[in-house]
Amino acid sequence: MTDDLWRSVTPQVIGALVRRYRDFDRAEEAAQEALLAAAAQWPEDGVPDDPKAWLIRVGSRRLIDGLRSDEARERRELADATRAPADELVAPPPYAVGPGDHDDTLTLLLLCCHPALAPASRIALTLRAVGGLTTAQIAHAFLVPEATMAQRISRAKQRIRESGAEFRMPPPDDVPDRLREVLHVLYLVFTEGHTASTGDELHRVDLTAEAIRLTRQAHALLPDDGEVAGLLALMLLTEARRPARTNEAGELVPLAEQDRSRWDTAYVHEGVALVTDSLTRTRLGPYQVQAAIAAVHDEAPSGAETDWEQVLALYGLLEQLAPGPVVTLNRAVALAMVEGPAAGLAVLDDLEQDKRLARHHRLHAVRAHLLEMSGDTERARESYLLASRLTTSIPEQDHLRRKAEAL
Amino acid sequence: MKYLLMIWSNPQTWGHPIFLRTPEAAAMTDDERAGLLRAFEDLMREISESGELVTAQALADPLTARSVRVRDGESLVTDGPFVEAKEQMAGYFVVDCATPERAEEIAGRFPDARFAAVEVRPLMGGSAEDL
Repeated sequence: MTDDLWRSVTPQVIGALVRRYRDFDRAEEAAQEALLAAAAQWPEDGVPDDPKAWLIRVGSRRLIDGLRSDEARERRELADATRAPADELVAPPPYAVGPGDHDDTLTLLLLCCHPALAPASRIALTLRAVGGLTTAQIAHAFLVPEATMAQRISRAKQRIRESGAEFRMPPPDDVPDRLREVLHVLYLVFTEGHTASTGDELHRVDLTAEAIRLTRQAHALLPDDGEVAGLLALMLLTEARRPARTNEAGELVPLAEQDRSRWDTAYVHEGVALVTDSLTRTRLGPYQVQAAIAAVHDEAPSGAETDWEQVLALYGLLEQLAPGPVVTLNRAVALAMVEGPAAGLAVLDDLEQDKRLARHHRLHAVRAHLLEMSGDTERARESYLLASRLTTSIPEQDHLRRKAEAL
Repeated sequence: MKYLLMIWSNPQTWGHPIFLRTPEAAAMTDDERAGLLRAFEDLMREISESGELVTAQALADPLTARSVRVRDGESLVTDGPFVEAKEQMAGYFVVDCATPERAEEIAGRFPDARFAAVEVRPLMGGSAEDL
């Protein structure tokens, strides 16, 4: 059974249930139960002809069962008349979903990434309601107990309720800002998958693939939004290098030393085409610039032939569009490649005034690299060792220590 | 990003919650002790409901600890914790939170932080820190 195919209808199942029963919380819960039922039954019985209609039918039944048992409880407690006419509690026949079928995905994305929710809750709810993943799968992907993840999801839905947000498109003026939040959530899902992609995760959901799938969906819905295209391009151009990011021993291989013949050329081509197209016809934004930088690297025949002047110019642009210490750190590397290590090191000295950054391994890893370039091996070794002590990634720690030992 | 919060304490007698067994808590009024307990329960509720609490465990009395050393192939087992100190680790919490600042904020709200300390250590293998 192709997993992705039927999970992508999850937002439409939720949309159909919300329109019918006007209760996002229950609709989302019922859709999840329907997905679990499908996962249990379809491998044995086969996928139904119309998976979406099946899921809506089962979801409706679950939702009504829930309403009925709540109703029975209320009756017992209040000894009161039923609050809903009986005909509302009859399972509907299978039917085609109403208008705005595919808009449901976008509506749901915007709702799941509502600003009232904490980032971790946005991620959890998006993966469940839009991605159709189970709570258990999401918990496993983030290496937390299922109860913890369930709590994030229920907190998210509680916040949505409290904020009065509903399952419908926000006012047009709000959409651009809300969409930025969605893209950030998808970006976080991608980076989580990207950094965790080492070794023993046989049965873990591939968050990188999931992020790409959801961003593809968003791009299909909003083909004229340059930042959606930019984010998708950035993901593809980064994912393209995955086969070369680690060697046979499982060790991290830095970009400059990667075997470029192992890069996924289909992803490179698609990413380059996407970002080129969006840069020429849409409003510029930070994801497009990051994708453009990734494209410069991906198109270079070798590390030595990288067009660093272009990378430097793009980081300068990115620093204006979305300033931040990581951007400045990366610009320092590009600056060093263009003007020499001393220029890059001067930028780091300024950055180190930031106390939080001074304890971050990236700053010291970059410093080590630039010191190594300048021939100051003793201080380079110290910086590599300090960086290796500060990182919380085991592959990165090993890599930084190897760099120190090689000096 | 996941963090281990280690609860260090120097209680008069062992038991949980450990902060109520400290000399400082013993010197407090009943109301003040009830206030400590309430603060702790509020914190537990908050981090459970937010989905930040990953796991937690109280530890048995250090009196029950056994430290195992193997030297030259010989196993030597001694009574008591490995580190000889007045303060002992009384329990641990693993939290998954958005920033290191948030982890420190949670640590600071344990009553134990007022008496001994709550040590915050990032776990390896966590996702990269978002700056």
